[in-house]
Amino acid sequence: MSKKNPMRIIFYALTFLLAVIILLPFFFVVMNSFKSYSEIIINASALPESPSFANYLKGIEKVHFWRLLGNTVFITAISIVGMIVFGSMAAWKIARVKSRTSSIMYATYILAMIIPFQSIMIPLVVVAAKLNMLHAVGLSILYWGFGMPLTIFLYKGYFNYVPRSLEESAKLDGCNDFILFWKILFPQLRTMTSTIVILQSLWVWNDFLLPFLILIKRNHHTIPLGINSFFGIYKAQWDMALPILVMGMIPLIIGFLAAQKHIVRSIASSGLKG
Amino acid sequence: MSSIMQNRARKSFWLFTIFPYAIFLIFVLFPFFIGGYYSLTDWNGISSKMNIVGLKNYISLFQNDERFLNSLFFTSRFTLTACIIVNFIGLMYAVLFHRSTKWNSTLRVVLVLPNVIGGIILGFVWQFIFSQALPSLGGLFESISWLGNEDSAFWAVLIVFVWQQAGYVMLIYIASMNSIDEQLFEAAQIDGASAFKQFTHVTLPLIVPAFTVSIFIVLVNSFRLFALIFSLTGGGPYGSTESLAINIYNEAFLYQNYGMGSAKAVEFFIFVAILSLMQVKFTQKREVEL
Repeated sequence: MSKKNPMRIIFYALTFLLAVIILLPFFFVVMNSFKSYSEIIINASALPESPSFANYLKGIEKVHFWRLLGNTVFITAISIVGMIVFGSMAAWKIARVKSRTSSIMYATYILAMIIPFQSIMIPLVVVAAKLNMLHAVGLSILYWGFGMPLTIFLYKGYFNYVPRSLEESAKLDGCNDFILFWKILFPQLRTMTSTIVILQSLWVWNDFLLPFLILIKRNHHTIPLGINSFFGIYKAQWDMALPILVMGMIPLIIGFLAAQKHIVRSIASSGLKG
Repeated sequence: MSSIMQNRARKSFWLFTIFPYAIFLIFVLFPFFIGGYYSLTDWNGISSKMNIVGLKNYISLFQNDERFLNSLFFTSRFTLTACIIVNFIGLMYAVLFHRSTKWNSTLRVVLVLPNVIGGIILGFVWQFIFSQALPSLGGLFESISWLGNEDSAFWAVLIVFVWQQAGYVMLIYIASMNSIDEQLFEAAQIDGASAFKQFTHVTLPLIVPAFTVSIFIVLVNSFRLFALIFSLTGGGPYGSTESLAINIYNEAFLYQNYGMGSAKAVEFFIFVAILSLMQVKFTQKREVEL
């Protein structure tokens, strides 16, 4: 007891310090986002003299933040819904049908997972331009293609744990495949569906290079693109840049804290399976 | 009868799989192969003229593209260093926080937090930290121009990368540690093994699979690094932090050399494929040993 207590206290103190160090960058950015330009430049570690939201209003207007947010939500939603709907259906057939076609299909999905995006991007831009897809909806469709390998991989693995007896008895009742899948099987996939939604949303929401190449219209830009072009124009205008960065992080931090248990579990399981 | 059934099953198979597969073929596999063709040409991405130049792009890549070779060197050095440091720190975190107490779960959330924010935003956040916040602390922090010279810029990128990835790697190690049978520790305790001995003789050997997984995840993540560097240093100063991914991007979209850029992209794919094959080999070997 007497030996354990001091050890515990040291553990708490040191790990608390660690947490502070990890969070320090966020703290600096948030604190300085309430200061004027000269205050930031003179001393970035001083507390704001008269904290104000004026920079936020300016920054939000400059980058059209609400439009960026809307576009990001829109693109993420369309992308994820497509991945889940088409991916779960395809994975079911790939998991259950034992045929050459089925295994070739699966093998190409899996092999494609090692292709880095930079090895595809040059011709992809040409193809997407030819097919008139350089806009938000086009981008979401591209995400269906790029997200499919991981989605299929995770769902297919999960189907090994879904008993076939469910499907067989439904088939005997004369259920057709669509109804069987959506009414009976899809609800069984809940855990995996939430994992996939989390992993793919984090990716699509934060992704930079693909939308950077595809979204040629400014008014289709997502949050990462909007922030990047702001920095391209106003190099070190920290008084406006910091509020924009904070605004860019808020949706992610809220989402993360709200679903932290699921997110931590999803990230951990993605590592073990990948 | 059975042929009708088979026919119906086949139809239903295609009905369920064809659409996503078509999208995948058109936008992932097809461009991948077209890229191989571009790499044999001198196309600039705009003109209608496209001459086949054979392997010329690949040869000049290694003979007179110093910038490419530099980025290859930077990427390799960065990948190796990052892999060691991230895994070491991630493992330390896991040792500290693998028990599920309230305090530990809070700490885990803090450590994973940087990982859910994208590279572009983090790069800009740290640009501020390196250029304004750290210098304002004075003393030693003030004397280093983090993003201004080549040596420190390497470490600046590395610090941000470690800060972002260590929490993620921790989760993989924790998942692996928590799957170890508690009885093994009890047995070790009865035999009088110290906490350190338990760690080196029970925990470490049993989390070897997690090592393989997370080492290769970090290898591939750092080898492909783009957004973080793009926003933090832009590849500078003097191209010293230009990763392969940024070099390819610049070649194709800044200098409009689609042919040359594609040759680099193919080269890049080969590197990543080798890393992935190594992972498969390692995993198989381990399974045989077990």
